[in-house]
Amino acid sequence: MSAPDTNSPSAFLHIGKKRRTKEDPRFVTGRGRFAADIAIPGMKHVALVASPYPSARIVSIDARQALASPGVVSVLTGAELARHTDFLPVGVDAPKVKRYPLAVDQVRYAGEWVAAVVADSRALAEDAAELVEVEYDPLPYVIDPEQAVRADAHRVHADHSSNILFHRKFVWGEVDAAFAAAPHHLECRVRWGRSSTVPIETFVVLANWDAGAGLMDVWASIQMPKYPDQLARALRLPGNAVRVHFDVDVGGSYGVKRGIKHTVLVAHLARSLGVPVRLIEDRLENMRGGDMQGPDRIFNVALAYDDHGVVKGMRIRALDDVGAHAGRSPLQLGKPVGAIIGPYRIPCVEYEPCSVMTNKTPQEAVRGFGQSPTNYAIETAMDKMARSLGLDRIEVRRRNLIGPHEFPYLIPSGTHYDSGDYATVLDKALTQADYDDLVRRRDAARAHGRLAGIGISTCLEPSGGNSSFEVLFNPKNETTTWMDSALVRVDLSGSITAVMNTSTSGQGHETLVSTVVAEILERDPANIRVIHADSLNALPSNSPVGSRMAIMLGGAAAGAARRVRANLLSIASHNLGVPVEALTYAEGSAWVTAEPDRRLTWDQLVEIAHRKFHQMPPGLEPGLQEKYVWEVPTGGGLPTADGRIQMYPCHSFEAHVVYIEIDRDTGKPQIQRYVCGHDCGVMITPDIVHGMTYGGIAHGIGAALYEKFAFSEEGQLLAGTFMDYLIPSALEVPSVSITDHCTPSPLTTFGQKGSGEAGYLGGPAAIASAINDALAPLAQSIDELPMTHEALWTRARRDPLEPVQRGHAPSE
Amino acid sequence: MKPAPFEYQRAQSIEHALGLLAEYGPEAKLIAGGQSLTPMMAMRLVRPTWLIDIAGIDALSHVTIMDHEVRVGGATPQYVLEEHAELGQCLPIIGQALAWVGHIQTRNRGTIGGSMVHADPSAELPLVSVLLDARLILQSARAGRRELLAREFFNGPMSTVIEPDECLIEIVLPRWRASRCGSAFDEVAIRHGDFALVSACAQMALDAEGRCQQAALALGGADNIPLDCSAEVTALIGQLPTEDAIDGIARSVVARLSPPTDLHASADYRRALARTLCVRVLRSALARAGERTGTPAGQMA
Amino acid sequence: MSERSYCVTLTVNGLERTGNCSARTSLVDFLRETLRLTGTHVGCEHGICGACSIMLDGRPVRSCLMFAVQADGHSLTTVEGLSQPDGQMSILQDSFCETHGLQCGYCTPGMLIAAQALLDRNPNPDEHTIRDAIGGNLCRCTGYQQIVDAIQLAASRLAADRPAANQPAANQPARAQSAPAGTTGHDKASHRS
Repeated sequence: MSAPDTNSPSAFLHIGKKRRTKEDPRFVTGRGRFAADIAIPGMKHVALVASPYPSARIVSIDARQALASPGVVSVLTGAELARHTDFLPVGVDAPKVKRYPLAVDQVRYAGEWVAAVVADSRALAEDAAELVEVEYDPLPYVIDPEQAVRADAHRVHADHSSNILFHRKFVWGEVDAAFAAAPHHLECRVRWGRSSTVPIETFVVLANWDAGAGLMDVWASIQMPKYPDQLARALRLPGNAVRVHFDVDVGGSYGVKRGIKHTVLVAHLARSLGVPVRLIEDRLENMRGGDMQGPDRIFNVALAYDDHGVVKGMRIRALDDVGAHAGRSPLQLGKPVGAIIGPYRIPCVEYEPCSVMTNKTPQEAVRGFGQSPTNYAIETAMDKMARSLGLDRIEVRRRNLIGPHEFPYLIPSGTHYDSGDYATVLDKALTQADYDDLVRRRDAARAHGRLAGIGISTCLEPSGGNSSFEVLFNPKNETTTWMDSALVRVDLSGSITAVMNTSTSGQGHETLVSTVVAEILERDPANIRVIHADSLNALPSNSPVGSRMAIMLGGAAAGAARRVRANLLSIASHNLGVPVEALTYAEGSAWVTAEPDRRLTWDQLVEIAHRKFHQMPPGLEPGLQEKYVWEVPTGGGLPTADGRIQMYPCHSFEAHVVYIEIDRDTGKPQIQRYVCGHDCGVMITPDIVHGMTYGGIAHGIGAALYEKFAFSEEGQLLAGTFMDYLIPSALEVPSVSITDHCTPSPLTTFGQKGSGEAGYLGGPAAIASAINDALAPLAQSIDELPMTHEALWTRARRDPLEPVQRGHAPSE
Repeated sequence: MKPAPFEYQRAQSIEHALGLLAEYGPEAKLIAGGQSLTPMMAMRLVRPTWLIDIAGIDALSHVTIMDHEVRVGGATPQYVLEEHAELGQCLPIIGQALAWVGHIQTRNRGTIGGSMVHADPSAELPLVSVLLDARLILQSARAGRRELLAREFFNGPMSTVIEPDECLIEIVLPRWRASRCGSAFDEVAIRHGDFALVSACAQMALDAEGRCQQAALALGGADNIPLDCSAEVTALIGQLPTEDAIDGIARSVVARLSPPTDLHASADYRRALARTLCVRVLRSALARAGERTGTPAGQMA
Repeated sequence: MSERSYCVTLTVNGLERTGNCSARTSLVDFLRETLRLTGTHVGCEHGICGACSIMLDGRPVRSCLMFAVQADGHSLTTVEGLSQPDGQMSILQDSFCETHGLQCGYCTPGMLIAAQALLDRNPNPDEHTIRDAIGGNLCRCTGYQQIVDAIQLAASRLAADRPAANQPAANQPARAQSAPAGTTGHDKASHRS
């Protein structure tokens, strides 16, 4: 299963070809089936009572008035819920950091859910939620992560020894010696602001408890590994008493749709009340209490380098503010271990991640799982190094990029990079952008007194998620498999159905699976149906996280299809009286290679498998279906004592070239050219890969320039609506030009790599690079995201006596 | 995000609406397009007991163009103004402003009167009303009609002098008669369609020699209310407007600002934007006025 | 306090539909929950994201910023009504499939409404006009590019379908041209090579 069939995408029948997706028609005709579209007669609706305080003891909750309000069924408090459920899992070894869906005894952030009201309609539930009287005793709080790490800081979880969830200094190689020997050093501090993916669909869950069958049915907008298992454990049910329906369309996720707390709450309500219960987070609940905010990091990066800008060693310290609870968020500091040197030949690294809690909304997994902030930090340091030496930023990158013949390349932290041709992709991007012309344009703009800059970034997208960071960051966790699976079935009519085992949130998995199965069985992908199992009839899956589905689901579907094909060949061999090696298989038929007239057609082969046991080869099961469960290639290992481990198997590469002008008088940035060179190996469906890359870039533009979950010093979320949390529209996101390159992965079925995070992983770094290039003539820079209009204006402002610039026409 | 409960009635006429307002008391509210009111209700920041719908009242939806003024019904949808060809000719500032108002979906429902009474200090149409020195016709069952100048109407952020039982019947926008007249609207919002951090608009009329006959300037988002800067621009009257003069006006406007600080902009930033935008809209208005007869735009220093 | 129930009658996608609701029921909730037309989606309920866009009397509006009672007597088009009478996809819908102008599909119904409204009024929009027309519809998946491609494709296919003599003049309102530049300087280079 490990060797690619070919290095040339053109050798494929279906893979890499322009193909309409299977999913799109139902969405453009309004026939998607999202969680909020599902209604069960008699279902009740939930509204939430949220804490106004960032930290307070819950003295009492009086629900009498609320219960008397029209249409109210029940009011649930955290104390009551905790009697019937277990706390939610923590990704690191911090058992005292307990989180329940509703706060128990104490609230730890403003917006934390304190009580849930169930009523006949959401509106009536909201009416009653206003009537729940909660008495709070405000407690001290800590909002600033650099305060929170101090020994004397207020502890967010008093039972935990400090606010630090995870802190370790990894040293991979002779870092001190490298720094001592290098003629140049630099140190910089960069800050990644708290943003998130903020899907347009909020989290939605509907649960129904069948007491007779002892079965909890769940429909949810979920993208989460091991969700059914976590749910069953929290509800104290056996795993087979929870049935999660994965045939629900998910309205975007990009990491964050992990509503385990929502689901435990709603499932408990359904069980205890004996009615179906639905929660549709409203946007205010989603932003403040949905626990879906992203990484919030302060990096200190130090580079040691020679006169030519060759990096000799690197130190990175990353302080990540995960908010008031742990969940999996500390692990977002772990994934970057697998690409800690970026695409560069850096021989030794010291990495010191520190995950700290504050009284803010908890962090959740966000596209890239911590890699994009890390890439931004590394790229910022690379630019600063070039500037410090008076060298060209592109030339400096060329001198450090790992060469195409150095793969597999072992990085100091223990991961092998699989393949790549980084310099070629960078060159392609520069050519596509007409870099020399951009330089002329920038210099001309500068000559006219305008601020203009070119941004460059070269970054990796680790893909194929095997979550080795779990065992690295938590010695009590020994999870070393992150398998995924597929089942391929050919029915009596000869039609093919493939079964996948997780939900989809826009990645086009039905198209992926049908294309891959069609490739192997040489049948028309348009006629292959792909269905989503529910969790009780599903094979093992770890959900579409870590840019893994092209690799893992694609690999599993190919594996299952290959087994079906082998069965077909075995039937043909038995009936044609020749060994399998003497047969040719094409487009569903098998024939004797030397005598093409001696053949069995698809229909004949299927008929034998389903009806003619007397013609079946001995030992082969009747019927025609096969499953395949695939472990992540290169996965399965545990870390060494010094924390080296193979993280993700595959490494996609992207090179961004951006041209930005800044209006000096208003600080308004305008992206005038955006090119992304991208290599994710063999693309299975190019339209899907390109679409996700465009989307990733737009998301990166948001993180770089617009989006921030800003909090006041008093711990109140200031950007809790779409009026203040600024998602870029089609007028902020420019037209983008992608140039593709293909370096197949030697580890995957067809040479494919992941691409679900593409664009986002290098976009913010490139935009920051362009902004700082624009500001360089003023000897200014910004090393904090988002780079707001005001931040830009502050750096770009001129002597107030100078006249206001021209070159900007008001509307006519 | 469901509003608190209320009851609803559709008014058949202005008199009917005013009668219902009087009957249901101060907790009743008029709704026309509802583009500002509805989100505030969804967040339960506003909780009317009754909504009286005036969207279907023909007498409140009209654009009447006269020699010296344009009269616009209070519940006239913004798209009607936007698409009104003759209005675009005689008061181009309206179209220039509407290009910045929300998005097409909100302009299709939102009304001019709704924007006025919502009184967001950075909203575009209130700013234009101040620029043009518009007159507002208010009416109630209790006190009949009264007329106010736009600059008397706004008295704070999201606050006006309208009484709870009053309806904004009509907005009267004066026309300048000069043939060489130009106007401009500009703003800085972080995303297009967002409320402006600061907005500015100007209108200028020139005589045949290019001297300024009449000028107006207004500034939004930089203070609690849309700010009338006509006092500052009187310095231009009778002059050939120069860059220095324009910059001087912008500086004198900024000198009397006390802008708010919020999540997206500090007071200092708003001051700087105010200066920039004042200069830009005055320049543009001047240039457009100059283009009216094909003579060079102004006499720039 | 008990709320009154209001009877609301609308023409939705050409069919008269009636339902009862409270005054505070938003039009989008009425469509989704009362009429069970779930193609129109809820994203923010405060008028920013555009996922709930529908056409009211032929014009795109946000159905979260209206109460159902306000729409009584009016005529609506939702995404379910964009297909041709025989159920085939419209050229616009088909173009979205052709360019993969969507991913998760959640913003798509609102995006289609905004795009249809544009093409109804301006059969030959340039890129900036398209971006302005969908500027009030947020998408988190696509970065808008393949959506813009889809609308451009639909416009060209509609133009090809239209008999040349009957081609209506591009009578777009002045404002469509005048929108201030949010993004300019786009080159027309191919998006990928």
